[in-house]
Amino acid sequence: MALSMGPSMSNLVIENISRVFPAVSGGSPTRALEPISMTVGDNDFVTILGPSGCGKSTLLRMVAGLDTPTTGRILLGDRAVTRPGPDRGMVFQSYTLFPWLTVVDNVAFGLREKGVAPRERRDVSRQWLERVGLTSFADHYPKQLSGGMQQRTAIARALANGPDILLLDEPFGALDNQTRSLMQELLLGIWERERKTVLFVTHDIEEAIFLASRVVVMSARPGRIKADVAVDIPHPRHYTIKTGPEFSALKARLTEEIRVEAVLAAEAH
Amino acid sequence: MKPLASISGPLRIILGISFFVLFLAGWSYATFGGFVSKTFLADPLTMLDDGWQLLTKHSFLTDIGVTIWRVIGGFILAALVAVPLGILMGTYKPIEAFLEPFVSFARYLPASAFIPLLILWAGIGELQKLLVIFIGSVFQIILMVAVTVSQVRRELVEAALTLGARDRGILGRVLIPASAPDIAEILRLVLGWAWTYVIVAELIGSSSGIGHMIIDSQALLATGQIIFGIIVIGIIGLISDFLFKAVNRWLFPWGRV
Repeated sequence: MALSMGPSMSNLVIENISRVFPAVSGGSPTRALEPISMTVGDNDFVTILGPSGCGKSTLLRMVAGLDTPTTGRILLGDRAVTRPGPDRGMVFQSYTLFPWLTVVDNVAFGLREKGVAPRERRDVSRQWLERVGLTSFADHYPKQLSGGMQQRTAIARALANGPDILLLDEPFGALDNQTRSLMQELLLGIWERERKTVLFVTHDIEEAIFLASRVVVMSARPGRIKADVAVDIPHPRHYTIKTGPEFSALKARLTEEIRVEAVLAAEAH
Repeated sequence: MKPLASISGPLRIILGISFFVLFLAGWSYATFGGFVSKTFLADPLTMLDDGWQLLTKHSFLTDIGVTIWRVIGGFILAALVAVPLGILMGTYKPIEAFLEPFVSFARYLPASAFIPLLILWAGIGELQKLLVIFIGSVFQIILMVAVTVSQVRRELVEAALTLGARDRGILGRVLIPASAPDIAEILRLVLGWAWTYVIVAELIGSSSGIGHMIIDSQALLATGQIIFGIIVIGIIGLISDFLFKAVNRWLFPWGRV
């Protein structure tokens, strides 16, 4: 079954990755990302926290294979990342469900590309829809869903494909606060059950702490890793931990780290 | 009236019909009132009577059928060639670089100017009529389809790539379905233009069709028949447009849910 976690080699290794965007019409080249290295362990949930424009999305896109590093290399297990592939599932900030497919067919998209038989892909898709609480919307079109539902479908679509690692690029950034909190709990609940390796990019400090077992803080552009903070709050996590002392202490620390960078970013513009 | 403010459904219908009434009234006033010579403009009743004569005594229905056949035949030929080419051009940049300059040039060539050449090449038979419509439509469809396909949201393609889609999957299961409703809209638009080409083709070197009837009527100064022919074209255009829209809605339910 595509749902079970096979013997995985999903250790993600990022080695001296940098990205320079070429100059546009006579300007100077943009250094989006300084050479950075990091490792994401098997079944770990790591959030990358940074001010806007720090290159965190660029980093994630390079892991996905949608962008090519200027220097360095990325390894997933023992394979080098050279192009996009189904071993790295991605959820985007913008809504990227295929508007011509129903919710269940959207979730089944990756399985279809893999050549899984129609019956099995329908079963797997239905199971994932159940996990994100959208069973009754299986035959709706994306247009008929709210933003939160669309992103839940996008998460189900990425996970139904059985990736080694799940990449999320500010997936809840466009949602209102209440919906965002619920989505965080849903995602964390799935992770607590499935223990997928997750790399999650955000600029929201609370979100970064609540979800992660490790928060990687990035500096303003050009992005560097500024801090790597472990979050030792036990699972399962309830939303009430957001008001606990441990959470508050971490939040105060990260707020300070990120504030310095935000000031730098604001001065640079 | 306020800018962009919406109006109620019944009011919209009443306003739409009232212009037709106004138009008819103006026409009747000019003709029945004797302000315009009957030689140059027939009155509405004469027009209807001429139309009836055409339908009952001059087998005008056959002409209508022939014209519809030519439009649809030429248009389908054009679509069969142009839609795949447009999709390839929109998808693959080298193909675009290869074809786009020529197609952009060719679409400004007036189809009607080809008629003398086409008569030389294909005679005055059906093939020549089909070719006029083909030339008039094919380059337009290619370019518009290419633009539509190349404008598919990049994020949809990226999402498909991260789900394991390869080139064929991107083309067949993302780019084509994503642009299908717009391609259908393009075809609907170009079919409207094909109607103008067919009449021009039938005005020259033709022995049947609505355009042929119109040019014959000119020789007889039968303005009532000419106007009836023009109105018939308008009505057929309206019906085909309506049918096309209905089919598009049925084919692409996700576009307007």
